[in-house]
Amino acid sequence: MTPRGAFLYRPGMDSVRTLFFARYRDLLGLGEIDIPLAAPLSLEQFVGALRARGEPFDRLPRDPAVAVNREVVRPGSTVKPGDEVAFLPPVAGG
Amino acid sequence: MDQATEGMASMIHSRITSSPIDPQAVLSRVGAASDGAVLLFLGVVRDHADARAVDSLEYEAYVEMAEPVLRELAEETAVRLGTDRVAVEHRIGSLAIGEVSVAIAVSSPHRAESYEASRYMIEEIKRRLPIWKREGYVDGSRAWVAGTPVEGP
Repeated sequence: MTPRGAFLYRPGMDSVRTLFFARYRDLLGLGEIDIPLAAPLSLEQFVGALRARGEPFDRLPRDPAVAVNREVVRPGSTVKPGDEVAFLPPVAGG
Repeated sequence: MDQATEGMASMIHSRITSSPIDPQAVLSRVGAASDGAVLLFLGVVRDHADARAVDSLEYEAYVEMAEPVLRELAEETAVRLGTDRVAVEHRIGSLAIGEVSVAIAVSSPHRAESYEASRYMIEEIKRRLPIWKREGYVDGSRAWVAGTPVEGP
């Protein structure tokens, strides 16, 4: 058995923990879902595949700001099985 | 949730908290015999947004990301300040009018660096910290504040 704590960002090595905050959570009626993923995808492919699942995921913007493993990433970045992906609406701290 | 680095000389303090912020406690974390300037900034919930009357604010955070980002902002602020006397706390959860949402304390030998560093911190918080706020209006409705799109690295 592998200790769970060894996989800080890895709820499952065959899926992506996907998080939606604030406006996006309200839009989807959902804050978190594990998306099965067998092989790495580009960020754009991942977002496209998620939106292609249809309602409610097609309500997400086509080109959202995304953090992978808690860091904002550039377009063209890779999403791998085991990653944590968060959709970030425009921020409003302060 | 205290991100203070234990065992190191750095006085930098950063924290995301669901408890009320004590400005005096944040202020007391900075200051040194060599500092001629000590500056405290408080962000406070106000009672209106544009022309609408607001009676509450709700802050939501991606806490696991906001904590390291706030720490990173505090470290960048320290570089601009030229000292490690930086303390910042950001509140999350439901806040009433007049409550403190963010407190930033800095100190430096001269005032220019403190003013510049404090301003840098609050502006970067608004650009980069993964926190969102929803206004509650006196008519009972609520809405997410438009905010600033997050830019990539």
